[in-house]
Amino acid sequence: MSFINYSSREINCKIVYYGPGLCGKTTNLQYIYNRTSPTAKGKMISLATETERTLFFDFLPLSLGEIRGFKTRFHLYTVPGQVFYDASRKLILKGVDGVVFVADSQIERMEANLESLENLRYNLQEQGYDLDKIPYVIQYNKRDLPNVASVEELKSLLNPSDVVPDFEASAPNGMGVFDTLKAVAKLVLTELKRGR
Amino acid sequence: MADPQLVMYEEEFVQIQQVCDKLIRDANALVVFIVDKNGQLIATSGDYEHLDTTSLASLTAGNIAATGGMAKLLKENEFATQFHEGEKQNIHIQIVGQRVILVVIFDERSSLGLVRLRVRKANEHLNDIFESLLRKVQDPSIGNSPFAEITDEDIDNLFND
Repeated sequence: MSFINYSSREINCKIVYYGPGLCGKTTNLQYIYNRTSPTAKGKMISLATETERTLFFDFLPLSLGEIRGFKTRFHLYTVPGQVFYDASRKLILKGVDGVVFVADSQIERMEANLESLENLRYNLQEQGYDLDKIPYVIQYNKRDLPNVASVEELKSLLNPSDVVPDFEASAPNGMGVFDTLKAVAKLVLTELKRGR
Repeated sequence: MADPQLVMYEEEFVQIQQVCDKLIRDANALVVFIVDKNGQLIATSGDYEHLDTTSLASLTAGNIAATGGMAKLLKENEFATQFHEGEKQNIHIQIVGQRVILVVIFDERSSLGLVRLRVRKANEHLNDIFESLLRKVQDPSIGNSPFAEITDEDIDNLFND
């Protein structure tokens, strides 16, 4: 849930990157962190295991500039993708304003993508949100790998009605990373404009 | 939707800041801050210039969320108070009105007993302020969000590199 502060003239929004284990959620945030000017970002926090798997969440605060005299700040979070961390995933979705679903394009991860998307929908429902009604974009990540499914296949599985904005990406080299972020941020601001 | 949107107005912000400033003095604490359960920093008081308050806010909310999850498993409503003891500094965390979190950082110049005592008093004041804030947010006559009038162009301008 966004936080409008008239006193400091700030608006804060929360965006969550969701997806199956090892799909590249943390890599998205790392790329954004590395390519953002120091004045526009805070420290990136990763609560990870010793093998660098996300244990609880990653967190990156970003400032996007001013809109009508209000500073806009986005707090980016990732969830732990591994199936057994479901309790943590639910907690991180609390107060979410926008969701990025990061899909792993590799053919062998299709089932994991579907399972994670279903899990997202279910966990949002538990918090009182409807995935079809909140700002939401899909990223088909790992397009640089050789064993990937075609975008058409991914679309038919993960975005069958084709109403959700979707992007091809390769997070380590940045392809599609900012396009995805911009798209979800725009949807969040448009939702605020509507006044919910 | 799950929770009503959190909005902070100047009037309530000043009141909250006063409670924080008073708590710092009364509890002889180093830093006091208030965080929304979603991790948004609301107010800060004390010697916080050297602290990354944004990260602390997010981690506090994560901590409270995790503890809340544990409480749920034990069929408890919540664990309203937490205390973390360090070698030099300690953190006292208190949930206020089920919506926000009051954090007090203190060192050997204060004590857990004193902090708990002062937090209890501050908690009452904050509860009143946040309740009145919530009523104000839900009052339709207070006016629209400042974002009701932004244009698509305003949004696009944010993303012009």
